[in-house]
Amino acid sequence: MKKKLLSLLLTGAMVLSLAACGATAESDQAANDSAAAETETAETEEETETAATDSADGAVTGTLKLGFIGPITGAAGQYGSLANYGAQIAVEELNALGTGLTIEYQPEDDVHDAETSVNAYNTLKDWNVQAIVGCVTTTPCIAVASEAYSDRVFMLTPSASSPKVTADRDNVYQVCFSDPNQGSKSAEYISENNLATKVAIIYNNADAYSTGIYQTFVSEAEARGLEVVSTTTFTDDTTDFSVQVTDAKNAGAELVFLPIYYQPASLILSEMDKQGYEATVFGVDGMDGILGIEGFDTSLAEGVMLLTPFAADATDDATVSFVKKFNEKAGETPSQFAADAYDAVYTIVDALNAYAAKNGAFDVTDLSAEELCDILINTISSDDFSVDGLTGAGMKWNASGEVNKSPKAVIIKDGVYVGM
Amino acid sequence: MKKHTKNSFLNYGIIILFFVIFQTLVSTKHISNSLQGQLIPICVYIVMALSLNLVVGISGELSLGHAGFMSVGAFSGVIVSTALKHSVENGALRLLIAVIVGAIIASVAGVIIGIPVLRLRGDYLAIVTLAFGEIIKNFLNVLYVGVDAKGLHFSLKDEASLGLDIATGTTIVNGPMGAVGITKISTFFSAIILVIVTLFIIQNLVYSRTGRAIKAIRDNRIAAEACGLNVTKYKLVAFVVSAALAGSAGALYALNYSTVVPKKFDFNTSILILVFVVLGGIGNLTGSIIAAALLTVLPELLRAFSDYRMLVYAIVLILVMLITNNEKARILTTEFKYRLKIKKKSIGNKEVSE
Repeated sequence: MKKKLLSLLLTGAMVLSLAACGATAESDQAANDSAAAETETAETEEETETAATDSADGAVTGTLKLGFIGPITGAAGQYGSLANYGAQIAVEELNALGTGLTIEYQPEDDVHDAETSVNAYNTLKDWNVQAIVGCVTTTPCIAVASEAYSDRVFMLTPSASSPKVTADRDNVYQVCFSDPNQGSKSAEYISENNLATKVAIIYNNADAYSTGIYQTFVSEAEARGLEVVSTTTFTDDTTDFSVQVTDAKNAGAELVFLPIYYQPASLILSEMDKQGYEATVFGVDGMDGILGIEGFDTSLAEGVMLLTPFAADATDDATVSFVKKFNEKAGETPSQFAADAYDAVYTIVDALNAYAAKNGAFDVTDLSAEELCDILINTISSDDFSVDGLTGAGMKWNASGEVNKSPKAVIIKDGVYVGM
Repeated sequence: MKKHTKNSFLNYGIIILFFVIFQTLVSTKHISNSLQGQLIPICVYIVMALSLNLVVGISGELSLGHAGFMSVGAFSGVIVSTALKHSVENGALRLLIAVIVGAIIASVAGVIIGIPVLRLRGDYLAIVTLAFGEIIKNFLNVLYVGVDAKGLHFSLKDEASLGLDIATGTTIVNGPMGAVGITKISTFFSAIILVIVTLFIIQNLVYSRTGRAIKAIRDNRIAAEACGLNVTKYKLVAFVVSAALAGSAGALYALNYSTVVPKKFDFNTSILILVFVVLGGIGNLTGSIIAAALLTVLPELLRAFSDYRMLVYAIVLILVMLITNNEKARILTTEFKYRLKIKKKSIGNKEVSE
């Protein structure tokens, strides 16, 4: 009996200590943030200077309440937490500029689930959020977007790539390419550079991202006279790809298109190596990160081509500085999700600056989410607004919310991404 | 009044009180957005917990595939609702049709699954229901449904093979991408109605002749068979009713969000609902209601813990389990109840003597 009571007591103590942990960690974080903000004042960022801010008389002042929704924990936790770090870095940099605009940043976890994501959104609403960076993943984003649409809250998603996210909603914008763009751009790239005529596709038919790219790739490939000789599928739990690779090999495909994430892609590459099947491998932005897998022989990825908006080993100043800060903060190399989120924060602030430049100074503190939504929609979709970010130069948005930027194709050579 | 009648009215009372309180809060705007957004999910999970309790508690079979039925209801509800968008303008009526169709199709799935599965006993049944839940999920992952002027189109291959008319066609269910662009028609009021209907069906079933037969089979299968009860039939009744209710909850759930994906209804969701049932007390309907409501809200209340949220959630679950199963706590509550009774009696006696 006593033992039981003791165990109860201990569990209780554990809960409390954890609670304490969470709280102190947060306040530490806040302290760090403000400290970092002070020290970083000197190094201001080049990419904040859009054409608009250069000539600005009017400036944005006040406090902007910026929310973030993404899977910080759970199966898709990696994407959300990296994006969260990316956005945090942008917020710290912007606060350090000392322009009179302070950003209050609040991340909420959605575990890559639509229901939780709507809950997270409602929590942000209780916090009186003014604009949202998110959601990171597609399905939650669609659910939240429809809520935000009826509430008139502006959303800029870093990485939810389905066209369904922005469809029929004027308040939702994307930083990343939409899936159809990726699929058709890949097919376009392959046919224009005569990489192959016989193509095999291996995709995850239990995954929205993968299926979305597959569908548009196939229709564009047909239009361009590429012959799809083998189409095989797998699901999230698949670990053996011998069937898929053998099928592609027997069909005589010269190029294997992998519209999938990097973990299964690494397994496919090993399997191709095992079978001695030498075909060009072409991936999309989900493949970004393949060189970072622990225990993966990067020589297998030699010659792999992929379309990605961001390469962490690019040598321009903005990327180098971002990668350095990211490494300090998160202890790892940023993925494109982090870069997308970073650009998303900058885009919102740039848009506010551009608006201020045109219409005179204003204070964001007391603006409702609805008023801010109209401002941001009008500014971001206007023709003369563009952002030079980490994930592309001269990013412009059309009224439907899709971004227009040129894709970067990279090839893996000697274990690093090299631009093509 | 009979004890079970009292219990039944207690359950209705809880639900009506819940509705009145929150409806007042909503209409006077004294409720946080976070809580307001969870009202419908809470009702859905209450229905799920109640219906699973029928299988686990009343019929005594461990089912690990309950979310499968929810997804069948969810997707059929969405398909019906989208297909009828233009012919039935009234949202409430369309919701009613969707919920009923969801229940019917889920019950058909229940019959198909129940007939082979209910021949198994104990652990085997649990594992097979688990497998069926996964099969349903994987089937929905490759299901493509579209609608155009000619009617509904189905495919198990891909979106293109639906052959939709470009001008009028819309894809309703798009494989792993699920259903997108759902018009939200679920309301808190309709959710409460569903909970009350569920309670009505389950309570009347449990206290009926059929319910007694189901419980007899649970308590002693051999004795029940010897009495001439048709074991498979009664088990199937409980299983199918439970599936139908889960299907209707699924339809209501799906029509509360603008998107729903098959992945949502995986093994984890089934376990979550089982946790509601076990925590609330197997066979205890009131317990299921309270557990489902509290455990749905709990993760949101724990948002302050940020990254440690789910860890704290798990620890709270362990704590609740330990406390509710603690002998001393039980003895205390029974003692407390006993004293309460004595007090009442003594008061009654005094009144009589005076």
